[in-house]
Amino acid sequence: MNSTETKQSVAPATVDQDERIQRVSFWKKALNRPELGALAGAVLVLAFFIAASSGTGMFTPAGIINFLEVAAQLGIIATAAALLMIGGEFDLSIGSMIGLAGILIAIPAVEYGWPLWAAILLAFACAGLVGWINGNLVNKTGLPSFIVTLGFLFILRGLAIGTSRLLTGRTQVGGVQDHIPGDWFAALFSGEVATGLFSWMAANGWMATNFAGNPTVTGIPVSIVWWLGLTAVATWVLLCTPYGNWIFASGGDANAARNSGVPVHRVKISLFMFTAFSATIFACIQVMDTGSADTIRGLLKELEAIIAVVIGGALLTGGYGSAIGAALGALIFGMVQMGIFYTGVNTDWFQVFLGVMLLVAVLFNNYMRKKAMEAK
Amino acid sequence: MTARTPMIEMRSVSKHFGSVIAISDISMQVYSGEVMCLLGDNGAGKSTLIKTLSGVHQPTHGEMLLDGKPARFKSPAYALDAGIATVFQDLAMVPLMSITRNFFMGREPTVGWGPLKRIDWKYADRVAKEEMAKIGIDVRDPSQPVGTLSGGERQCVAIARAVYFGAKVLILDEPTSALGVKQASVVLRYIAKARADGLAVIFITHNVHHAYPVADAFTLLSRGGSLGSFRKEEVSREEVLNMMAGGAELESLDAELAEFQRDDKAKKASLADQDTQPADETGSTEPPSPRTASGY
Repeated sequence: MNSTETKQSVAPATVDQDERIQRVSFWKKALNRPELGALAGAVLVLAFFIAASSGTGMFTPAGIINFLEVAAQLGIIATAAALLMIGGEFDLSIGSMIGLAGILIAIPAVEYGWPLWAAILLAFACAGLVGWINGNLVNKTGLPSFIVTLGFLFILRGLAIGTSRLLTGRTQVGGVQDHIPGDWFAALFSGEVATGLFSWMAANGWMATNFAGNPTVTGIPVSIVWWLGLTAVATWVLLCTPYGNWIFASGGDANAARNSGVPVHRVKISLFMFTAFSATIFACIQVMDTGSADTIRGLLKELEAIIAVVIGGALLTGGYGSAIGAALGALIFGMVQMGIFYTGVNTDWFQVFLGVMLLVAVLFNNYMRKKAMEAK
Repeated sequence: MTARTPMIEMRSVSKHFGSVIAISDISMQVYSGEVMCLLGDNGAGKSTLIKTLSGVHQPTHGEMLLDGKPARFKSPAYALDAGIATVFQDLAMVPLMSITRNFFMGREPTVGWGPLKRIDWKYADRVAKEEMAKIGIDVRDPSQPVGTLSGGERQCVAIARAVYFGAKVLILDEPTSALGVKQASVVLRYIAKARADGLAVIFITHNVHHAYPVADAFTLLSRGGSLGSFRKEEVSREEVLNMMAGGAELESLDAELAEFQRDDKAKKASLADQDTQPADETGSTEPPSPRTASGY
């Protein structure tokens, strides 16, 4: 209070420009954004691999699509995990939900002759139910979501294995690819987009072609479109809509939010449902891509998603973070995973790098939050 | 005065938590354009009473009337919609969120239609800044986190928010308790302004010196029950103070203090006689402490 008063007396306000606000540079403003750390990290990792992997083909169109696809798959669940973490909760059941959703798509379609769209809708319905139960348990019991969803990590994985073995006698179900052609709903999760653009670019000589004259990259995989689309929508929701404000409020201080009329319970339930839906989208893309489902799919994905979100600048305690940050976190993840492969470093080291990245990100975020809360 | 309908009225309201009777048989009327001071010691039931008024708790017995009509609030959201705004001690603010985001939390102004419906940030920022300016707080940047504001400024954001959203009844839970003298006077002045604007204000405090200048009436709570409501004309500051602390307790305190003073005088006199004596009467500095501990 005192310091501002003295400033006032030194420089009396003459224009409508508030004299107490320094001209904040673009950079200083950027420093207060949660995704800054992730952006810096992404640029660093990119620069490193551009230098380290020269001549290995990582940054040819095909290589780029490769690591973007890895990033995209993780990014889809990371976006939902980011919203949930900003809303103050975790979902450790994402990975198991991926496995279960895959089984729920493959078994009805392959074993019982359901049309694929119906099987996918069944998976989404079950995911919605799981998310709803997760959210209600957390709301009603007040238990940490860590514990509740840890329970579901095992329940869902066990359900996937048990159901699959009971109905088919196996834990892997193949043959889904035969059902994809002609299914309007499955088309949303399979194949590539902008194939015309790529062949046109190849025809004009703007892109390398293989011996048959086809472009080396035939299109953008649908997973990348989902990733970018979900990130854009989540960012819009967070920054521009009342619902986004409620997510921040629910995670920042649930009690304060409730006293201000925010429907905290509904917000949390919807966020848990969204993470389960995102796991199902992940599973759909994976099942369509590989043509099979496996009960063991999605193992540890929940932790990878949390890593991406935290690298993206979200606070584990909730109320702070961004969807763009989560996307950048996923991008770093994809670049490192594929970069290590391309540069020929033993892939065992990937996990070491991941752990170090996570710690550095958390320390950086902690520091930045303290800076942000200091009076400017 | 009697012809008017109270803006909010409680008729023998009780609230039990299991076997604990938090408040019992409380009746109170608050009129528009008046400040009702709710006074009481710690544990008197002030918090439970306002939480019942604001919809956090539902009364176990009794009824509440808003503008003459029976009212029952399932949650704080319903009370807010009915025009009862409460500024809790914790202020219902999220420190990591900006002033504007906090100001409009739960009631965001939107533009656009359908899926493109979005928060009107330009309007929201301007309103937040204007409303704060009205109560004499010049916000530098409405997008700065609330966590960077001082306690008094935060209090004012909370009150300004309540008033802006068309509150008919404004409930303030100890708004001045954590503030310095200057900041407290800002808040008190604002309470007086809210009264002049025709709001019914319920002002919870245990500081009579803050309560007396702005109050029109007092309701005293003690151990979950009401000691009654008094118009300001009927009671003096000392009487209010007496009732609050329990008159007998305060009298005995006075007597004790007088006793200490006499001791002091005697000691000083004896010291003056033989000033070679080492000074070891540190105990004599303690007597004022009961006064501060009694909570006013």
